[in-house]
Amino acid sequence: MTVSVDGATTSAPAEPIQLLTPEGERIEHRDYPIDLDAAAIRDMYRDLVLVRRIDNEAIALQRQGELGLWASLLGQEAAQVGSGRALRPDDMAFPTYREHGVAWCRGINPIQLLGLYRGVNHGGWDPEEHKFHLYTIVIGAQTLHATGYAMGIQRDGADEAVIAYFGDGATSQGDVNEAFVWASVFNAPVVFFCQNNQWAISEPLERQTRIPLYQRAHGFGFPGVQVDGNDVLACYAVTKKAMQAAREGQGPTLIEAFTYRMGAHTTTDDPTRYRVASDVEAWKLKDPIERVRAYLVRSGQAEPDFFAEVDAEAEKLGVSVREACRTLPDPPPMDIFTNVYTQPHAIVEAEREQFAAYLDSFTDSFTDTAAGTAAGTAAGTSLADAEGGAR
Amino acid sequence: MTTLTLSRALNEGLRKALEDDPKVLIMGEDVGKLGGVFRVTDGLQKDFGEHRVVDTPLAESAIIGTAIGLALRGYRPVCEIQFDGFVFPAFDQIVSQLAKMRYRSLGKITLPVTVRIPCGGGIGAVEHHSESPEVLFAHVAGLRVVACANPSDAYTMIQQSVRSDDPVIFFEPKRRYWEKGEVDTAGPLAGAQPLDKARVVVEGTDVTLLGYGPSARSAIDAALAAREGGRSVEVIDLRTLAPLDMETIIASVRKTGRCVVVHEASVFAGLGAEIAARVTEACFYQLEAPVLRVGGFATPYPPSRLEEHYLPDLDRILDSVDRTFGY
Repeated sequence: MTVSVDGATTSAPAEPIQLLTPEGERIEHRDYPIDLDAAAIRDMYRDLVLVRRIDNEAIALQRQGELGLWASLLGQEAAQVGSGRALRPDDMAFPTYREHGVAWCRGINPIQLLGLYRGVNHGGWDPEEHKFHLYTIVIGAQTLHATGYAMGIQRDGADEAVIAYFGDGATSQGDVNEAFVWASVFNAPVVFFCQNNQWAISEPLERQTRIPLYQRAHGFGFPGVQVDGNDVLACYAVTKKAMQAAREGQGPTLIEAFTYRMGAHTTTDDPTRYRVASDVEAWKLKDPIERVRAYLVRSGQAEPDFFAEVDAEAEKLGVSVREACRTLPDPPPMDIFTNVYTQPHAIVEAEREQFAAYLDSFTDSFTDTAAGTAAGTAAGTSLADAEGGAR
Repeated sequence: MTTLTLSRALNEGLRKALEDDPKVLIMGEDVGKLGGVFRVTDGLQKDFGEHRVVDTPLAESAIIGTAIGLALRGYRPVCEIQFDGFVFPAFDQIVSQLAKMRYRSLGKITLPVTVRIPCGGGIGAVEHHSESPEVLFAHVAGLRVVACANPSDAYTMIQQSVRSDDPVIFFEPKRRYWEKGEVDTAGPLAGAQPLDKARVVVEGTDVTLLGYGPSARSAIDAALAAREGGRSVEVIDLRTLAPLDMETIIASVRKTGRCVVVHEASVFAGLGAEIAARVTEACFYQLEAPVLRVGGFATPYPPSRLEEHYLPDLDRILDSVDRTFGY
């Protein structure tokens, strides 16, 4: 293809891979046959609904002051569940901070995601246990970690692959472009999964690129494919094929999942300042969950009872997430000093001792709560009081 | 004991590290066939293969970023940044990822990555090839920052750094690469000075002179010159910049009552400032004079025809030593 001076493409980009239309019609694609039976598709529907429920609950918890922040995945459920379910248990995933749907597929307890956004830790899960790395907040940095991890797989001679998640904004980052170069020249088994939700906070896709993102892969020397990011079956099939190619030594693939960020960038954002409501309305018609529901109903693969059960399960999950979040204890203050280094570090140790002595100088002993396990939010409150009194 | 240049001692240390642990990798620009622009990795790719000594694309952020990924996979990468001034494209990966990932993971992740950086001036180079960015890293929690100053330490410290489960920023004094010294390549590493300890390299009683990396040699030269003038100067080679070995420093200053810190980096907000604050707090009643600092100016590194004026040389160091006796 060629690009003219004003940036318009002179050859029409190919249509995104789609296996399920927004109306719920199943389309066969010769390159992407799928191996999912009715039960597996129902499971995916369930994943989509539960993930959206977690997201809704988290937004509400932020509004109630229980979370400091939340980055909603609304609209991107299919891209995340489709790609997440396409991974083998021993494949490794490197997420951004919005991959709650992938986290769900990798067996992460939602409360661990909420813990990060509540501020009790920076990421509480074991990345190797779940084969799901910690959330990375600096845009695009994780694509290099994914590529390095894939280079490790090559050296181990293992039958595994890596998937790196990022967004359209990240494609402008140097790290992402460096990751493309490295993965290409080393032929690393890594799949770059770009959820193009068309917005980098307030900046539209046009500020990041003049060509469709998937076409960039060609310049780096590996295949790029665009998939309907709101089609869970297409995201599943395309990811599965790319991961298999990576495992077989065919190197990286760039997948551009074309989707739309239905909500705000995060709970601190106000999208009414930079985009029109009619765009959002148009994308509501392409909802990733409704089309699966329509397909299951129309093809007779699910009874009304099934949908009622999923809804009831979602409600129950919402309640448990809410309760667990509200009772998440604040960490004890002395935790500040733990896990900075593997071996004792003279400066950190000295400051730890000084701070412990300082806390102990108050009537209420905070190091006692540090030693205990049931610190709870009460410790946080009394610490704030203590600091106020010290001024 | 063998006589080796500092560059060769590093090479032997890296060779030992590669032999001792199959997970050790070397990666960087021109580290393979060429053996590095300073030949520190000379011959290693030939002996250990392209999968363990990796010529990388020219992208410093990716050198560190992929090293992190390899470390997550169980490898122990040693990254070479070709020159001090080229580390900044990798600064984000070092500061935001390498240093913080263990903390972020509540201790579940260990990143045993060593980042080797030739540092300092005095070789008549063009811009960006003579800088001393160590304090930028010393300020970052999660990193250990060390500087070797002689062939013996180069040999042991590089091995200790590679074995460290914490990320280590390893500064090499590039104008000392060709200086020779005795190295015990047969001795066990276990008997070597620990990585987080400084060393008294010249004993003295009147004033404590602190140096590290390329300035350690300058400090020793100054002490020898001062001795002829009747002053007994104790020289400490810091070796570890983060954490600082304050125990060794404080013990010396309590004895001498005077302290001068020398480094090539700008004096303003340099390592000397941190040392001065800590020495003042710990040795307030023993100090006969304020802690003085001698080093680079608050300017960019100058063109090489001016560098002899910028670098703290023998005369500037002695001038500072003398000034501590004027209070």
